[in-house]
Amino acid sequence: MSGVIFAIDPMLEGNVLWTPLLIVLVKVLLVFVVGLVATMLMVWFERKVIAGMQNRVGPNKAGPWGILQTLADGIKLFFKEDLIPERSDRFMFRLAPYLALVPAFLAFAIIPLGGDFRDGKGGLVTLFGHQTRLQLADPPVGVLFALAISSIAVYGIMLAGWSSGSKYPLLGAVRASAQMVSYEAALGLSLGAVLLVSGTLSTAGIVNMQSSIGNWNIVATGFVPFVIFLIAATAELNRPPFDLVEAEQELVGGFNTEYSSIRFALFFLAEFMNTVTMSALIVTLFFGGPQPISIGNTTLDIPFIPNAIEGTIWLLLKVLVFLYIYVWFRATLPRFRYDQLMDLGWKILIPGSLGWFMLLAAQRVGRDAGWDQIVVTFVTALVLIGGYGLLLAAQHVSRVNREKDGASF
Amino acid sequence: MELFVFVIAAAMVLAGALGVVTRSNPVHAAMSLVLTLFGIAVMFVAHDAHFLAAVQVIVYAGAIVVLFLFVIMLLGVDRAEDLSVEPITNQRPLAAIIGVGISAIVIAAIVSSRAGLGASGQGVNETTLESPDANIRQLARVIFSDNVFAFEITSVLLLVAVIGTVVMARKTKSVGTGK
Repeated sequence: MSGVIFAIDPMLEGNVLWTPLLIVLVKVLLVFVVGLVATMLMVWFERKVIAGMQNRVGPNKAGPWGILQTLADGIKLFFKEDLIPERSDRFMFRLAPYLALVPAFLAFAIIPLGGDFRDGKGGLVTLFGHQTRLQLADPPVGVLFALAISSIAVYGIMLAGWSSGSKYPLLGAVRASAQMVSYEAALGLSLGAVLLVSGTLSTAGIVNMQSSIGNWNIVATGFVPFVIFLIAATAELNRPPFDLVEAEQELVGGFNTEYSSIRFALFFLAEFMNTVTMSALIVTLFFGGPQPISIGNTTLDIPFIPNAIEGTIWLLLKVLVFLYIYVWFRATLPRFRYDQLMDLGWKILIPGSLGWFMLLAAQRVGRDAGWDQIVVTFVTALVLIGGYGLLLAAQHVSRVNREKDGASF
Repeated sequence: MELFVFVIAAAMVLAGALGVVTRSNPVHAAMSLVLTLFGIAVMFVAHDAHFLAAVQVIVYAGAIVVLFLFVIMLLGVDRAEDLSVEPITNQRPLAAIIGVGISAIVIAAIVSSRAGLGASGQGVNETTLESPDANIRQLARVIFSDNVFAFEITSVLLLVAVIGTVVMARKTKSVGTGK
């Protein structure tokens, strides 16, 4: 069983054997390399797709279809001069890029990257006589780990902006911290709906529950939590249309204005890495992760490929869809104004996800107690409409009060 | 292995705590606080309290210290303070005496009750590859069944605190005190 130990026992208190240790080391290396390569390709993909959407050619010189453009840019950045502003806080200025990069890599560790989830196998594969999962770690707190990581990712941006000792980066950092703290609540609450349906925190367990399209959490939680999660995740990533943190028309470049050379490259890397990780997390939570697409009992099976590797292919295809959607957002949607951003987060997403969570919980209780589902849904909906009416009334009263005070908004 | 983890985590906690007290720059002090909180999270993991570790990072490191930093940056009080000036006289010797006193009380309590420090209550569930979150299920069952009343009361307390803050922070001009 010591092969099992490594997957669940981060302290390695069992008997240390060499094979499982090697498996873990190989996994760490693999996840690191996959993360880096995926990020590199994502940067190229984004530039190429957005160029297509804007009737341009995009990168086309380095390598076939310009696929090595990111590599070339990375090498160029390595050899550029590294500037540290005179008024900066030197220690924090140097530390900040790593505080942004490390969480981006850590979050990738809990994504199931493959494995055979069919026929109740639960994603376990046997490597060299040891049962293991095709994911770096399956910690007991599972998805909460991703939340914890995304909540500390804000430090990199905040400290980068503050330590630069200059106006625009500081404004970017203050915006970033307010935005990320606000949207984390909506992110966590919409996640709650998934956890309620799945009944487990472990990412492998959540994937295991979603065997066919009818069981995918996007259907099982009723679509609304997915929409809220997607919006909140976009805001959490500071991607357009929520990229107020680095709004180049207002803030020069945002929190990374003073950064140059490889330190800038690290921020860039972390940002795209986070996009890839968040897409993978959305697929894991709502779209069955590495599970093949299947309706009822018919499964789309890719022939001649072992099921465990097929999982990786399915994951890749599903993640690509979301990466494309993120690029699409960027090409299509104009940036939010700051008050619109806060209104959307606090007045729509958070009450919406709380209300939907209550509806799902009421239906569960009703099913256990044997009540009529339609009545339960109806009564809960009434309560929610009443609550929303109260919220609107409260907002109206406070707006009237503000206008009486002479505020202009 | 456990000793090894404990030594590293304890070093993190102590270094962070010293940093909070001795760093003259408020932002550096806040980051030292983050180091301490992470050390405590590691200790929670070492004792199989994974959920507490996650909450520690999400709530304390991810929200509370971020708000500290937010306020520090917004108010622009991020200049280095001169630690040699004492705003309140004699507070340092007093703080030293109180610190030593509290340590003495804690150590005395541990020494005197060492015999009764054995494990009591229900043990944690072992985590397995098939069900890695058995431990958290157990915790949730206890919170939401036996202790649900205390849990609800705590949430009401937090709500009251939030509303109280909003009411107190509001400008009272519209109430018409005639000021």
